[in-house]
Amino acid sequence: MDKTVNQKAWFLVLPVFLVVAFSAVLPLMTVVNYSMQDTFGNNQFFWNGVGWFKELLDPSTDLGGRFLASLGRNLFFSMVILAIEVPLGIVVALSMPRQGWTVAACLVILALPLLIPWNVVGTIWQIFGRPDIGLLGYVLNAIGLDYNYVSNDIDAWVTVIVMDVWHWTSLVALLCYAGLKSIPDAYYQAAQIDGASRWAVFKAIQLPKMNRVLLIAVLLRFMDSFMIYTEPFVVTGGGPGNSTTFVSIELVKIALGQFDLGKAAALSLVYNLIILIVCWIFYTVMTNAGVERRTQAETEPAAARKPVGALQPVPALQPKEGVA
Amino acid sequence: MARIDLVDLAHSYGGNDAALESFALKPVTMTWRQGGAYALLGPSGCGKTTLLNVISGIITPSRGKILFDGQDITPLSTQKRNIAQVFQFPVIYDTMTVGQNLAFPLKNRGVPKAEIDKRVAEIGRLLDLDPYLNRKATRLTADAKQKISLGRGLVRSDVAAVLFDEPLTVIDPELKWQLRSKLKALHRELDLTMIYVTHDQTEALTFADTVVVMHDGRVVQSGTPAELFDKPAHTFVGYFIGSPGMNILPAEVRGREARIDGHVIALNRSYDRLPAGAKIEIGVRPEFVEAVAPGPGLLTARLERIDDLGRIRFARTRLGDARLAARAPAGFSSPDGTAGLKFDPSHVHVYADSLLVEGAA
Amino acid sequence: MHSIPGRRVIMALFLIFLLLPIYWLVNMSFKTNSEIVSTMTLWPHAPTLQHYRRIFTDESWYSGYINSLEYVVLNTIISISVALPAAYAFSRYRFLGDKHLFFWLLSNRMAPAAVYALPFFNLYSAIGLFDTPWAVALAHCIFNVPLAVWILEGFVSGVPREIDETAFLDGYSFPRFFIKILVPLIASGIGVAAFFCFMFSWVELLLARTLTSVQAKPIAAIMTRTVSAAGMDWGLLAAAGVLTIIPGALVIWFVRNYIARGFALGRV
Repeated sequence: MDKTVNQKAWFLVLPVFLVVAFSAVLPLMTVVNYSMQDTFGNNQFFWNGVGWFKELLDPSTDLGGRFLASLGRNLFFSMVILAIEVPLGIVVALSMPRQGWTVAACLVILALPLLIPWNVVGTIWQIFGRPDIGLLGYVLNAIGLDYNYVSNDIDAWVTVIVMDVWHWTSLVALLCYAGLKSIPDAYYQAAQIDGASRWAVFKAIQLPKMNRVLLIAVLLRFMDSFMIYTEPFVVTGGGPGNSTTFVSIELVKIALGQFDLGKAAALSLVYNLIILIVCWIFYTVMTNAGVERRTQAETEPAAARKPVGALQPVPALQPKEGVA
Repeated sequence: MARIDLVDLAHSYGGNDAALESFALKPVTMTWRQGGAYALLGPSGCGKTTLLNVISGIITPSRGKILFDGQDITPLSTQKRNIAQVFQFPVIYDTMTVGQNLAFPLKNRGVPKAEIDKRVAEIGRLLDLDPYLNRKATRLTADAKQKISLGRGLVRSDVAAVLFDEPLTVIDPELKWQLRSKLKALHRELDLTMIYVTHDQTEALTFADTVVVMHDGRVVQSGTPAELFDKPAHTFVGYFIGSPGMNILPAEVRGREARIDGHVIALNRSYDRLPAGAKIEIGVRPEFVEAVAPGPGLLTARLERIDDLGRIRFARTRLGDARLAARAPAGFSSPDGTAGLKFDPSHVHVYADSLLVEGAA
Repeated sequence: MHSIPGRRVIMALFLIFLLLPIYWLVNMSFKTNSEIVSTMTLWPHAPTLQHYRRIFTDESWYSGYINSLEYVVLNTIISISVALPAAYAFSRYRFLGDKHLFFWLLSNRMAPAAVYALPFFNLYSAIGLFDTPWAVALAHCIFNVPLAVWILEGFVSGVPREIDETAFLDGYSFPRFFIKILVPLIASGIGVAAFFCFMFSWVELLLARTLTSVQAKPIAAIMTRTVSAAGMDWGLLAAAGVLTIIPGALVIWFVRNYIARGFALGRV
């Protein structure tokens, strides 16, 4: 759709701009300010230039070591949960019932973990996994596995990952399900006529039609897992040792725990920058995909496209049918 | 390639127990000859797409049988039926090139690679798609995409029939003509049975040798375009085909005479045994009624307007409550707003409860 | 046709996986602390409502729920009302810097809360909003406003332009067109956006906890108090947890038929 150029549209965007600027730009400026200073407490600051940044990126210093280690852990964590949640989400979406009350029931149960406050998610798994009072921990120990997420690094990792899978696979599944729902029946019928096998239908129709929602799912899951704080903090507190200390946990430790504002601010900026870059890459890829979709859509008449959201196309735009 | 027989076939989306009146497709028995070009014509919701989907196997009929060359294939799945179907909106496998799209049905059936390449090249040439074979199919225009959908149907050499479900809905008018003549050419060249569903009479009459008209879940007539025009078997066919449609007027019919408002219209045949209590109507196409200056012995109608269609003009008139269109010859004009109507007796048909009655000679 | 062999089994297993930990939480909330600590029981052998009673009678507990709902609702209202005009602008017009602005907005959706915790603390303390629902509501705007703009833009784009043009030709002023015509047309989109704003504001804790101390403390933060000198009060913790799940479950139940549609936009 070609949009008209209208600079007055800025007036419509202004409220959003002000609200977000107030919540994002102002604090960010404080962060930049802090990141170049050092403090001895009691509100006395002195100029430190890029000192904190140098230290941050140098693994031999305490700050740099902690940052890079937590960054590595975080990246590893994100990769693992993506590798599990994306395929699992697709499988769950494909397993959705076709019709009847079970659809609504499955949707409600799937969405449930998404609406639980994050620290409660932590609490649920903290309780569930404890060897003394939790069902999971108790059963695992009863069948002879020595499982304890408080003292064992690997157990802690497994717990945090399973918790994330529990918490977020539904999001991927719901996105994929929505993508699947938007495929017109004619595609399945055509594939049937073309003699396509179940696997060929998945590869030729379902996967390509889902690729946009999958991209969004991957983006959201990567970002959110990269920023994860509350859930592992509640379950493991970043331990045992530092084994499950992710970047956000490290950051809060430095900022609110030690009130080391300069270090925290420098870490924040680098952290934010990484996220911004990844976000930009995704955005570019997605807009390009969008352009491709649009050129494709232009060649199809309005009725061939699924109406966006709830809106049905106005009757006047539909091809008229009747006595010619 | 096959002859297709439908034996007492019917379908209801509400299951077999539903009342027969609510069936989307009411019981039908008919034969589609091998190599024929058929059109299934009817307004939306008349059951034509249901019939098509039953033939292709997308829908399993509630009752009745489908035979391909005498063999009952009703329980077989779509895959096993060797049917090709082209849908209203082009179905394209997004990630594949045009060539891969065309090869897809063959690959799924395990046809050897050399054979696939040969068939794809052949179909690509037939459909003028060869310059695009290595291009991604998503970027093409709607008509090229529809050609690919069609090509996927034609690429298999053994299809029993090719079914079209309003395939030209999304195509621009000028390309519609091109694609339609392409289809006709393909039909001649490949000797395939083709069934073409449409609600557009021009499309149906130009494409098909045999037009099957459906109305309210029932097949009301099947015949050549000329038969449908000259002798509609059902008032609906008369009204639906032709532009303007057939004039249908309530009348009293006795022997060789029909009476409307006390005026007598001569009939070519004699109708002595009309079913008692039935609704009797006469039907005559506007082409066979002439509007002239009112005169003695002529039915006089109120003239409402004259439609000029270029080659021919039609006078729109009113006869009591009924409307009637009549051919207006060159130079016809009506100073006082009335017109006399001259009927051609050999083209006036009699209908009892909407069905054509054959008179005695 | 879009299902796979064994789908019932897969679905059932996955749902069990989702429900098991929640079942355990509910189970524990009805047990006495001594039962929790001493034996492993699959259902409460001596069911008790003592933990729930305590939460509903102790003001410091139930006020947490009220505080949470207060800032969540505030945030949803602010987010939707500022996002609506912007969504319209992004959907209909091109203007200087529109693409960059859109990206900048979206990038804020991805901003880690931990980065903002401390500056927010300073900012809201400085302007006297610290420990009020407003502080949390405004802070949550940083991720909810971009989200609402994104979702609503999709819905506005689904409204054919002809409708705007017809309305203006019929003499509607812009505000009247907006309220009388556009908003009713995208009502379900507003519902979807509100659902997601509610959801993300309700589940967030880090900012909510940092920006409140006593007056506006959210329930999720109050839960951390169950650690006391006498050890963990597991039953109370579980009961409080169950109660935080309920508003979310209710919201899902009401919007269950719209969930798929909201996700269908691919804009979450």
